[in-house]
Amino acid sequence: MKKIEAIIRTSKFEEVKEALHGIDIDFFSYWDATGVGNEKKKSEVTYRGTHLDTAFIPRRTLEIVVRDQNVRKTVDCVLAASFTGEIGDGRIFVTPVEEAWKIRNKQSGDDSLKGADEK
Amino acid sequence: MKKLYILLVLMALVYSVSSLYSAAETAPRKPDPSGITTGNASDVPAAKPNEPTLTELANQIGHNKVAINIVWTLITGFLVFFMQAGFAMVETGLTRAKNAAHTMAMNLFVYGLGVFGFWMCGFAFMFGGVGGLGTLGGFDGLNQEFTITLFGHAFGLIGTKGFFLHGVYDVGVFTLFLFQVVFMDTAATIPTGAMSERWKFISFTIYGVVVGAIIYPLFGNWVWGGGWLSQLGTNFHLGHGHVDFAGSSVVHMTGGVIALVGAWILGPRIGKYNRDKSPNAIPGHNIPMAVVGAIILAFGWFGFNPGSTLAGGDLRISVVAVNTLIASIMGAIAATLWMWIFRSKKPDPTMMVNGLLAGLVAITAPCAFVNVQCAGLIGLISGILAVEGAFFVERKLRVDDPVGAVAVHGINGAWGCLALGLFADGTYGDGWNGVAGTVKGLFYGDGSQFTAELIGVVTNFIVIGAVSYIIFKLIGAGVGNRVSAKTEMDGLDIPEMGVEGYAGIKLDKASETPLSR
Repeated sequence: MKKIEAIIRTSKFEEVKEALHGIDIDFFSYWDATGVGNEKKKSEVTYRGTHLDTAFIPRRTLEIVVRDQNVRKTVDCVLAASFTGEIGDGRIFVTPVEEAWKIRNKQSGDDSLKGADEK
Repeated sequence: MKKLYILLVLMALVYSVSSLYSAAETAPRKPDPSGITTGNASDVPAAKPNEPTLTELANQIGHNKVAINIVWTLITGFLVFFMQAGFAMVETGLTRAKNAAHTMAMNLFVYGLGVFGFWMCGFAFMFGGVGGLGTLGGFDGLNQEFTITLFGHAFGLIGTKGFFLHGVYDVGVFTLFLFQVVFMDTAATIPTGAMSERWKFISFTIYGVVVGAIIYPLFGNWVWGGGWLSQLGTNFHLGHGHVDFAGSSVVHMTGGVIALVGAWILGPRIGKYNRDKSPNAIPGHNIPMAVVGAIILAFGWFGFNPGSTLAGGDLRISVVAVNTLIASIMGAIAATLWMWIFRSKKPDPTMMVNGLLAGLVAITAPCAFVNVQCAGLIGLISGILAVEGAFFVERKLRVDDPVGAVAVHGINGAWGCLALGLFADGTYGDGWNGVAGTVKGLFYGDGSQFTAELIGVVTNFIVIGAVSYIIFKLIGAGVGNRVSAKTEMDGLDIPEMGVEGYAGIKLDKASETPLSR
């Protein structure tokens, strides 16, 4: 099992979510994130004539835990759906997961990550 | 059954007896839906009902005349009180969320404290010697003014009658008191904007009483209380003396100067300036609040300026109101365009607010004395002064003024008086401050009026500046003026007020403070 942590633009989130549903990845968490990156453009934001240092792009982090056989297709899917080509598209990190549990029925391991319509 | 019969007989008896009595009175008159017949000779108190004598008529007319004036002055006074809400909203909207409860509380509490100070002794100092209340019924008991003699002339310095409104229990005086106390409140609340986000509430509380009791009434007496600035005309032939119709200098410049001195003594907010003296932006947290506050102020100003005739029967109020209106919009337009074209290249809403208010401040002195085209010009210049003034205070003087109070009220308060000295067109003001003839400015034939205005403006800057400096230094020595750095970083709401302005809302308090480089 692997955890795929994808930090993407908030504006791309809906597209990525649809794309993930398309490959049967229906379970993940997400939250808004603030970060800094390689943005060199001076922010256009001024307040009463003074520039404000708010050169950030709104970002959202998705945390998707998947079985080993689904890692490649999930990563490819997110890469494709969140791409714009501009600085600030984001990053994806893949880390191993030791244990996974479903709280409702105490299932663990790969079985707990099966999709709803899988047997 | 027997009891029921007795009850019925009693009821019949009572009803028939009472109808006997009512039948003896005249039948009620016809209702009047159009209002044509309501109000006629029978409403004039007369020895012979419906046949008033000439004297009785004259009395009623005189009474009505004064009634219109008193009603007008009171209602406009209520409007000016409402400006308190406007100031509270502008100041809180342009400062940070973590200080909202503190900023709001200052604006609310300054009403209570300042009014108390004014009732205690401020009104007596300012109007104790003002003389007869012409339009408000003619009571002449406010007749004690402490005067010194200089260069062979009387210099009225301070009134000495009417402490706690004692001994002046007259409807005219009470009308004047209400109207004047809300003007004091306007001046008192201006510095709370410039000094917000780092001012100790205890220090502010002491200031609140002192501003209404001493600082404001001192200069106010000299201009409106019959003191020496108003007599520059009769004493030294300088126009009609220092003329200030509704208070560009008495209210706004006073507030602006106190704000400048106070903000300078407090020092800038943490993170405002870098080591190389360049400023950082600390954005206000609620632009909608600030804009609504500006609109409330503009509305209240329709009481501030036209009300200063103290007479609803003085029909110049229409000109005053329109001058006020035009100057305000020209100020907003000028400030917005100036920012858009020359400064930040965006139509900054906060400068829109400042420009609107600057136009109102600048027209406050000349509104009764200028024509509407000049009012527009005065407003236009004031909008530019508001923007450039804010930059000057922030970048050249390096005084941290979160809301632009010094630029809007101090600088434009001065400009308003000087504008009167330039543009007063001679269509109003006959006999003002005891000088015959209407009020004229430099461009309409009387350069000495400009001199009188200049003297008043310079006097305000020096005296109010010095007095407020001394007061703030004394308060500082006693209880301290500025909060600790930790309190300032946490936000003043909990440490100073014990209450969060926005309970339940997560505030990123650390990121709201810029890093001083």
